[in-house]
Amino acid sequence: MTTATDVSTVYEAPPRTEIGVLGWLKHNLFGSWIDAILTFLSLFILYIVLVPSVRWAVTEANWRAITTNVLILIHGPYPQDQDWRVFTSIAVIVLMGIISLFVYRSSNKKLRQIMTIVWVVSPIPIWYFLAGFAGSSLLPQVEYSKWGGLLLTFVLAIFGIVASFPIGVLLALGRQSNMPIIKWISTLYIEVVRGVPFITVLFMAQVMLPLVLPADVRIPGMFRAMVGTALFSAAYLAENVRGGLQAIPRGQYEAADALGLSTFQQMYFIILPQALRTVIPPLVGQFIGLFKDTSLVAIVGLLDFLKVSQSILSQAGFLGAQKEVYIFDALIYFIFSFAMSAASLRLEKNLGVGQR
Amino acid sequence: MSEEYIIECRGVKKWYGEFQALKGIDFKVKKGEVIVILGPSGSGKSTFIRTINRLEEHQAGEIWVNGIELNNDVRNIAEIRKEIGMVFQQFNLFPHLTVLDNITLAPIWVRKWDKPKAEAKAMELLERVKIPEQANKYPGQLSGGQQQRVAIARALAMEPEIMLFDEPTSALDPEMIKEVLEVMIDLAKTGMTIIAVTHEMGFAKTVADRIVFFDYGLIVEENTPNEFFSNPKHERTKLFLSQILH
Repeated sequence: MTTATDVSTVYEAPPRTEIGVLGWLKHNLFGSWIDAILTFLSLFILYIVLVPSVRWAVTEANWRAITTNVLILIHGPYPQDQDWRVFTSIAVIVLMGIISLFVYRSSNKKLRQIMTIVWVVSPIPIWYFLAGFAGSSLLPQVEYSKWGGLLLTFVLAIFGIVASFPIGVLLALGRQSNMPIIKWISTLYIEVVRGVPFITVLFMAQVMLPLVLPADVRIPGMFRAMVGTALFSAAYLAENVRGGLQAIPRGQYEAADALGLSTFQQMYFIILPQALRTVIPPLVGQFIGLFKDTSLVAIVGLLDFLKVSQSILSQAGFLGAQKEVYIFDALIYFIFSFAMSAASLRLEKNLGVGQR
Repeated sequence: MSEEYIIECRGVKKWYGEFQALKGIDFKVKKGEVIVILGPSGSGKSTFIRTINRLEEHQAGEIWVNGIELNNDVRNIAEIRKEIGMVFQQFNLFPHLTVLDNITLAPIWVRKWDKPKAEAKAMELLERVKIPEQANKYPGQLSGGQQQRVAIARALAMEPEIMLFDEPTSALDPEMIKEVLEVMIDLAKTGMTIIAVTHEMGFAKTVADRIVFFDYGLIVEENTPNEFFSNPKHERTKLFLSQILH
């Protein structure tokens, strides 16, 4: 006999068919007759697509188009006798990444803060290391027009992300502001930039900017593309952040006000941490989009990853290698986009501790 | 302004668009007084206590707190808010911060205390509201009653002169109301100046020095709890009491 006191402590085991591999199969693949048919149909389609693809990739494809051009794909026309600087930079960043994996898992708060500072500051020395100094024999100057390939793609994407973030947050706050002028300016900026294609912004940065600036001031095309990317992305980011701001209940503002926090403290400690956390998925989506959109700079004459891979197709030995080159390009873009996506999932999980 | 009163309101009026929520409130509070504000919903009682720390802006009349006038001068507003703690119906804890961080944030950044001092104060207050073991949890991991007690500790951490309670038990399950009321009653006994909007008649009868009855944006009647409950003078008060004390 079961008495009332037992009820809270005694549990029956679930049926065998509900748990483990068997349970998983039953619930996900063979829940009903239709499910079972769909499962076999999917397997069949996978088979007829995958088998020829793999056969092509292994036996027919001419991957030498890629392997002989690895250096060009990585850094474009960056001088080959100087490209140890590119590889050193990559090695340093990879090393930092590996160290981070351990540091951010440790409980040492001081160490984590130092690591974050290293990440924030490191782009500056790396930049100078790659750009070099006029008249230096160890690190001779490499003109910005010689930066290309994945190197250029990453410079544009990283600068675009890092610079558009604070601008976008400020624009979002501006649009929410009680001060009419700030509100109008932010709104106008956001709507105008969102109303034009990215290509237009890039053309404006390339063509219009020199018209406005004095004749003897010449800004390298790469800089103009960097600024264009950041300013364009900022407008979209602002709208994403604004969505997050609207999700914060009024009570949070009131509690912060009642405690006597200043407007800045209220934003910094209470509102933005919560608002940004809720918009991590759309923000990462936007950053992935930005990373891929950098391929548009080819149109204004920059030699980014996609552009240099197209140049392979005009090399005598690889005239018909479109398939190999574009599949490889897609794979590279996919790997980095997927890495960003995976990193953001991790971030969401880490930040989600104790969330209501 | 006289020294005797810690809060003095004269002819406070407030409109939401065309609707007049407060129609001229005259109200004085002495240091250490415990005041309970009663009234039907929509009577303006919540709006009124929210004007005292400028969560709502009054559009006519004067409000003086601790000898400082509450006007558009942001320094005055900041100064007054430092002296007034507030507890909300929905707790309004910061969900992304631990209980301890919720409590220490304002003392560290507004009062400019160092961290050890703020944390010591926070732990002392958590002892007082009887949940020191929850210090490192997040608000979402606590029950409603525990969250509200954290909210009280958070307000007290600023060492305010005055505490405002805006229906602090209305969002709680019945079995949790008692634990919050006990904390409030203890607080009242320490000599804290308290203004509470609440429907808890037990609290009003035990610790209130004065009951203030609001209706239609006006103070209809003000009296000691004894007189108020046993001998209400105004028709509207009688009607209200008959509805809640059936």
